[in-house]
Amino acid sequence: MSVIAIRPDYEAHTEVRDRLGNFHGNQVVYVHWEKHLSFCAAIAFPLPPDMPFGAFIDNVIKPHYAPHPQAEAIDWAAVTWQIDGADATPDLGKSLAENGVGHKSIVRFWTPGLDGYHGSAS
Amino acid sequence: MAQFASLTLQQTDAARPIIEAIIADNPGVRVLNMPGAVKLDCDGKLTVNRASVEQRIGRTWDPQEIHLVLISMAGNLDEDDDHFTIAWRH
Amino acid sequence: MSARKLGLKQRYALMTRGLDWETTYQPMEEVYPYDRFEGIKIRDWSEWEDPFRLTMDSYWKFQAEKERKLYAVLDSFAQSNGQTGISDPRYINAIKLFITGVSPLEYQAHRGFAFTGRHLRGVGPRVAAQMQSLDELRHAQTQIHTISHYNKFFNGMAEWPHMHDRVWYLSVPKSFFDDARTAGPFEFMIAIGFAFEYVLTNLLFVPFMSGAAYNGDLATVTFGFSAQSDESRHMTLGIEVIKFLLEQHPDNLPIVQKWVDKWFWRGHRVLGLVAMMMDYMLPKKVMSWKEAWEIYFTEAGGALFQDLARYGLRPPKYADVATAEAEHISHQNWCTFYQYTHAAAFHTWLPTAQEMDWLSEKYPNTFDKYYRPRYEMWAQMEKDGHRFYNMALPQLCTTCQIPMVYTEPGDPTTIAFRQSMYKNERYHFCSDGCKDIFDAEPEKFAQSWLPVHQIFQGNCGGATVPDVLDWYKLKVGEDNLDFGQSPDRKTWDEWQASKSRLAG
Ligand SMILES: [Fe+2]
Ligand SMILES: [Fe+2]
Ligand SMILES: [Zn+2]
Repeated sequence: MSVIAIRPDYEAHTEVRDRLGNFHGNQVVYVHWEKHLSFCAAIAFPLPPDMPFGAFIDNVIKPHYAPHPQAEAIDWAAVTWQIDGADATPDLGKSLAENGVGHKSIVRFWTPGLDGYHGSAS
Repeated sequence: MAQFASLTLQQTDAARPIIEAIIADNPGVRVLNMPGAVKLDCDGKLTVNRASVEQRIGRTWDPQEIHLVLISMAGNLDEDDDHFTIAWRH
Repeated sequence: MSARKLGLKQRYALMTRGLDWETTYQPMEEVYPYDRFEGIKIRDWSEWEDPFRLTMDSYWKFQAEKERKLYAVLDSFAQSNGQTGISDPRYINAIKLFITGVSPLEYQAHRGFAFTGRHLRGVGPRVAAQMQSLDELRHAQTQIHTISHYNKFFNGMAEWPHMHDRVWYLSVPKSFFDDARTAGPFEFMIAIGFAFEYVLTNLLFVPFMSGAAYNGDLATVTFGFSAQSDESRHMTLGIEVIKFLLEQHPDNLPIVQKWVDKWFWRGHRVLGLVAMMMDYMLPKKVMSWKEAWEIYFTEAGGALFQDLARYGLRPPKYADVATAEAEHISHQNWCTFYQYTHAAAFHTWLPTAQEMDWLSEKYPNTFDKYYRPRYEMWAQMEKDGHRFYNMALPQLCTTCQIPMVYTEPGDPTTIAFRQSMYKNERYHFCSDGCKDIFDAEPEKFAQSWLPVHQIFQGNCGGATVPDVLDWYKLKVGEDNLDFGQSPDRKTWDEWQASKSRLAG
């Protein structure tokens, strides 16, 4: 145990609040559109692990980034992806889990040619 | 880098003679005026002398009365009957 | 001839020392169960020095005088309808953030110092901690009292204690103090007494309160400086505690250094809220956050750590990163609240053209390049009838609990993502500073109550944004959204109209 606590059984009395089991069958997934910091941070969703990656794009990513003026111009075939820091080529027909997106995974994507409002990363 | 000993006092009637005493007794003091407050910085050491304040207000003054108008300070404090001193050097 | 009056130092020694005793019915170890487990070694408590030689009788005398002065001002402020004389009604939103985010910390400080005052076995630090505990209670009370006047006229303040415990962004200051108060008494003293009070509190109370004065808020500047007059004593306690621990035993150095590093970074993150208040929420500006950082951290902190170097203590880890962030932090935070304005209990707005010019001047390296375009884009969207909102919930840092908005050191266009794995769970952090803190005490921070995850788990009133706002007791259309359309704005405009009617 690295925390310095007065009782040696400190950890036995702790509760990890983010456990997968606490999300009613969902897992938390974070997604971030790079160079578009009008969206100040990655955004978070509770999603079923068996959701197809394609549905994740169409039903989660697209509607939430739609307010950005560059959203319409995204060429989804040209997008590059990273899942938990590693380059990835998601299989749209396969589930989040099968694509390696686990509980509290971070999915980052880059849209070539689109670098935010007037190239300012906004 | 310069080590400024520093006192910040309120911009009030009660603090003004103390501010004047500090400026008179601490050559080289740097004065930063802000709305409602004055920051006084002096290299190494800053002293408020009881006699110097008393001379300005025409009554006895206990250096602890500075508590009523003090906003902030930087340095190690030495508080006594005749002075209130803040300094970086030991 | 009467007996000669005792000198201050003698009087102080007589009034504070020799008041305690070695217990006999119970072993001392059981009477003071908390002052050893942190590993701090104290050879001789009597070597504690009190720089302020304030005895309890003088303490009451001075505090009573401060209260008399403060309440005289508050009375006349209320009597003369001082709320109508502030520079600009947007200013009140800083006060909303203050009462919901800062005043509850005064109360937490009161409780924390009451605890340390009870559990440190040296009489010197106990007296000082006891006084500070009383001061902090006074700060909480005077702030509540002062701001209650504004609460009669403006929204967003009425439910402050309830909100402090529940609202997403208020978990940032709340969890900061929860962390300190669940540490041992020595860590608490370094966390709050030293890192917060000595190194960082000036940044909150001096330029911001001066800003209150500049914006016509006589009430706030008065409580602010009244509290701050106690703060000098608190700062002195903070510096004394660190010197005492470092002088007592060489084994204390690495422990103290670890705490200094941790609490500097935690404090820096919390103060990002103040950065935003100074740069965006004070309509009349005293100084920029960056200038305040230079005066109060770079210069004053520099002198302090130069002094403490003789004990082998080095400046806090990541102080350089924090200094570089002073160019960005206020902008990144304000942008966050702008897009989540529907979920905040204060109003937001886009800076005016004049305000943007001020920001360009104060932030020549960053504002025009990174932040002005963002505001221009949002202004265009507002004009087109599509005011920009972020309708998803943000990823939060496990340590500081702030949305992960901060960018990579050296690259303001890329968010800094940091991760740790602990017992097969993934944890996310906004910075190396926050990651290090987690990695040193994962058992503690794995318990973080992160508002976004709590909402997903169904613990915050329901699954939709309106459900959650209801659970926050945040009144939609009154407490939140843009200042421009707010009832606060309407109230203010009516006051102005009646003033000009009177003027004929
Ligand atoms: Fe306080
Ligand atoms: Fe304090
Ligand atoms: Zn963080």
